[in-house]
Amino acid sequence: MLRYFMPLVVIIVLLVFFYKGLGNDPGVLPSQYIGKPAPVFELPSLKDASRTVSNADLKGQVSLVNIWATWCTGCRAEHGFLMQLAEQGDIPIYAINWRDRRDSALSFLSQLGDPYVASGFDEDGRVGIDWGVYGAPETFLIDPDGQVVYRFTGPLSDAAWQREFVPRIEELRQ
Amino acid sequence: MKILMTLLVTLGLSAAVFAIDSEKAFDDPVQQARYEELIAEVRCVTCQNQNIKDSNAFIAADLRREIRRLMTEGKSNDEIGEFLVSRYGDFVLYRPRMTGKSLILWLAPFVLLLFAGVAIVRVVRHRMSLPLDEQTEEGGAQ
Repeated sequence: MLRYFMPLVVIIVLLVFFYKGLGNDPGVLPSQYIGKPAPVFELPSLKDASRTVSNADLKGQVSLVNIWATWCTGCRAEHGFLMQLAEQGDIPIYAINWRDRRDSALSFLSQLGDPYVASGFDEDGRVGIDWGVYGAPETFLIDPDGQVVYRFTGPLSDAAWQREFVPRIEELRQ
Repeated sequence: MKILMTLLVTLGLSAAVFAIDSEKAFDDPVQQARYEELIAEVRCVTCQNQNIKDSNAFIAADLRREIRRLMTEGKSNDEIGEFLVSRYGDFVLYRPRMTGKSLILWLAPFVLLLFAGVAIVRVVRHRMSLPLDEQTEEGGAQ
């Protein structure tokens, strides 16, 4: 009797896998650094080339590291929300300005506002590779020990913020 | 025939015109061959169905540059693979490594083959044990 039901069982198991697969977004790659220390970086500051931005800046606080560039449309889309976030002043936002030109990046910030505590200037994309960045914008949530808690890919919005970041930040601050 | 040959040669050469890296990365032909082999096996993470050899996305160009740098530093293919996987995950290599997670990918075909083999042996044994009476010899399937 069992042998007649086996094909049915196999098909049901396959269908469950296929159905689950439908919901997977192949564009979302999990960061390799979740639960691990953020990749070591030291970049010249965008605004003042004689200063640097590095892991040391992130220590001792829950912070965000936002990967952005002026050529990236998603970064423009999320900029308004980042400004709002910076005005609330609840969490410091650091930035890695990725594969950009210093003059374009500076004029972008002076026109649209600067939500960042500090921006590192990653002109040739070396630090981007160390962080496993595959497209801007990306936003990393870093804990006070400098470990990566979460990575969000794509433009941030209030909805995404409430859903993905707020619960994690609350947990970190408990 | 001659026209056909000319056409084929021209078409063959035209691909070179669209190559992403127009200049050779290494003077040494062995290194160059190794480089081309490596970049053909690395997935462009932002344009997922291309390798970084065929893509001119920023990230693909950056990864090609990193691979050139690592090769110049004398790193082995395994070390270069490790460099990429630690940053982007197994997904970045077209030929995933044999690790705990990907073990099932590597072993599943052999396991399935084993199942099929066992099934065949069982069916054949079962049929061989059937009595060879007139009916089955003549009629085959009843």
